[in-house]
Amino acid sequence: MNKKINKSVIINIIMAIVAYGIVMALIYGGFLGRQAMSIIIPCCINVMLAVSLCLLVGFLGELTLGHAGFMSIGAYAGALTTNALNLPPMVELLIGLLVGGIVAAVFSLIIGLPVLRLKGDYLAIVTLGFGEIIKSVINFLGFTGGAKGLSGIGTYSNYKNFTFVYIFVLLTILVISNLVRSRHGRAICAVRDNYIAAEAVGIKVSKFKTMAFVISGFFAGMAGVFYAHNVGILKPGNFDYNKSIEILVMVVLGGMGNIKGAIVAAVILTALPEVLRSAADFRMLLYAIVLIAMMLFNNSKFRTVMIEKRNLKKAMSIQKEGE
Amino acid sequence: MKKMTKVMSMALAASLVVASLTACGGGEKKAETKAAETKAAGETTAASADGDVFLIGGIGPVTGSAASYGNSVKQGAEIAIKEINAAGGVTVGDKTYTLDMVFADDEATEDKAIQAYNSVMDQGAQAILGCVTSGACIAITDLTAADGILQITPSGSAMDCTKNDNAFRICFTDPAQGVTMADLAAETLGYKKVAVIYNQSDEYSTGIREAFEKEFAAKGGEIVASEAFSNGDVDFNTQLTTIKGTDAEAIFIPAYYQDATYITKQAQDMGMELPFLGSDGWDGVLGTVTDPATIEGAIFLSPFFAADPSENVAAFVADYNEAYGATPDQFAADAYDVVYTIKAAMEQAGSVESADLIAAMTEITVDGLTGDGITWTAEGEPNKGSKFIQIVDGAYTLYE
Repeated sequence: MNKKINKSVIINIIMAIVAYGIVMALIYGGFLGRQAMSIIIPCCINVMLAVSLCLLVGFLGELTLGHAGFMSIGAYAGALTTNALNLPPMVELLIGLLVGGIVAAVFSLIIGLPVLRLKGDYLAIVTLGFGEIIKSVINFLGFTGGAKGLSGIGTYSNYKNFTFVYIFVLLTILVISNLVRSRHGRAICAVRDNYIAAEAVGIKVSKFKTMAFVISGFFAGMAGVFYAHNVGILKPGNFDYNKSIEILVMVVLGGMGNIKGAIVAAVILTALPEVLRSAADFRMLLYAIVLIAMMLFNNSKFRTVMIEKRNLKKAMSIQKEGE
Repeated sequence: MKKMTKVMSMALAASLVVASLTACGGGEKKAETKAAETKAAGETTAASADGDVFLIGGIGPVTGSAASYGNSVKQGAEIAIKEINAAGGVTVGDKTYTLDMVFADDEATEDKAIQAYNSVMDQGAQAILGCVTSGACIAITDLTAADGILQITPSGSAMDCTKNDNAFRICFTDPAQGVTMADLAAETLGYKKVAVIYNQSDEYSTGIREAFEKEFAAKGGEIVASEAFSNGDVDFNTQLTTIKGTDAEAIFIPAYYQDATYITKQAQDMGMELPFLGSDGWDGVLGTVTDPATIEGAIFLSPFFAADPSENVAAFVADYNEAYGATPDQFAADAYDVVYTIKAAMEQAGSVESADLIAAMTEITVDGLTGDGITWTAEGEPNKGSKFIQIVDGAYTLYE
């Protein structure tokens, strides 16, 4: 058993290095056009967002529609920090990331404490409301630039600093996938699977809910900081419920509670609208059709059969090993 | 072993995605290929197969909530390109260039604008027409500066849009509009007390309001009420009730025509008979009001007046109507002027090098649809007169 875990860890490490190698080779080998270069970082940002939301939707089993709100808090906090500082760019960005993540985590704690006593649809609506409140407050405050937006943010996290961003993407994936496998993570999954049973065996449901909420908010905040320093201007209108739903779509497409799936879905859904640019007027229509097709495939018998076959093979090989 | 196959399939899928990206992004540098590509994408406007092509990269929202602005810009620019090419193209030195345009959708968002800009640059754009909205424009302005390419925005009205030396604009800035309207209210119309209703979640509206209130106060007037609303609001009774309790002589509404329609209707329902003043977002308001009498006498600023009897405007309106079956708005006119400005800059510079084009921008004078004899300052601001439009007997008329 121990051997098997090591093997999958090694494979994951190799995959991470290979992905890094491919992207670096593409960037510095001159294989990519500028358009393709400009979506590398958005891909990374969306992976961070999707994986952090996956913890809530997939593992905690609670539908939240306010993820863009936490992203915007992190983005503004990080951008205001780096604007105020006067240090080397990378140091500024590092501090900005910490500040953005922590501020977003604090806000998710403040919001999470009262809200997480709700369940299911109610929670979804309330988080939707909080996302909109965050947007409105940012719009109203003076130091955030209001409706004009916050501009003049240094574009530190562009594709030239891919390595830096990539490290944080890996960190997000590592923390969340290890958390899920830990004792706390099992408790989180137990809350999802059977609320009453989990409570009966002594799991403090609201404590674990809040914990998942705060961790998720922290990484969403960090993704927001990268977004701010990639685009260079922040406007409250960009963090509305559409953005939250966009992230949710990635998680759902990846298969609820499947981190690898969420990563692949985030990359595909970020790249797709750009790949479809050549379709001109039909771009958004095609995007929607592809989305529908992918969702249908995800739920199709074809896929179920494929997974069943795979599981069967797995079972047989285990049986063989046993013999 | 099973993990292995999974990994392999995922790696394959990833490489597929990357491969398709490369295929789509690979920079083809030949003009012929560019023209062919754009033709395939259905974006082209009469590019000749032989001769030199000057490619304009257009960026604006053609999907999403601001799609109507982006479509107008795209269509206005296409009319201008068609006209110029039909007239024999642009003569630069001893060469003749035909114009062509690739247009990329930015959905009026900042992150998409960056990708749209990079996508038109991949296709070899030699000058940028865009972006249409201020936020998107600010997002790409540092990138265009780094590339040293000429950027002219038809309608990006925030101050920061032209903060770099390579960026110019056709429209008025928001503060300039506020100042012009305040001067009109205080000097020409002689108002002493004015109330303002503005959209606080819109940078355009807040930008005009700030400048208006400052200038109006400086001219000795008084802002008796300054009431805010947010995107999507349809009930303005609270704001109007507050204004009704003051002794305002007029209401200034720096907002888009949809909001103006609701506000003016509700003001009439409350029995208010104050005259209205508006910003250029009012253009199109007659199409949405149920009863034109609610806005009778309202005056707003507009760079472009579709019913203008002057020859060039009438010709443009007729061409546009023939091609797209609609009356052009100010966005279309702004974009039309951008194309003619690029043409003028090419002729003045005698070259198509970006640095020469940018240097030529301050030397040219363009007679456009949105103003006669437009010149530009090195800061990128246009010098042009403003037109005021008044609603008289349910129709737009020039106010002089």
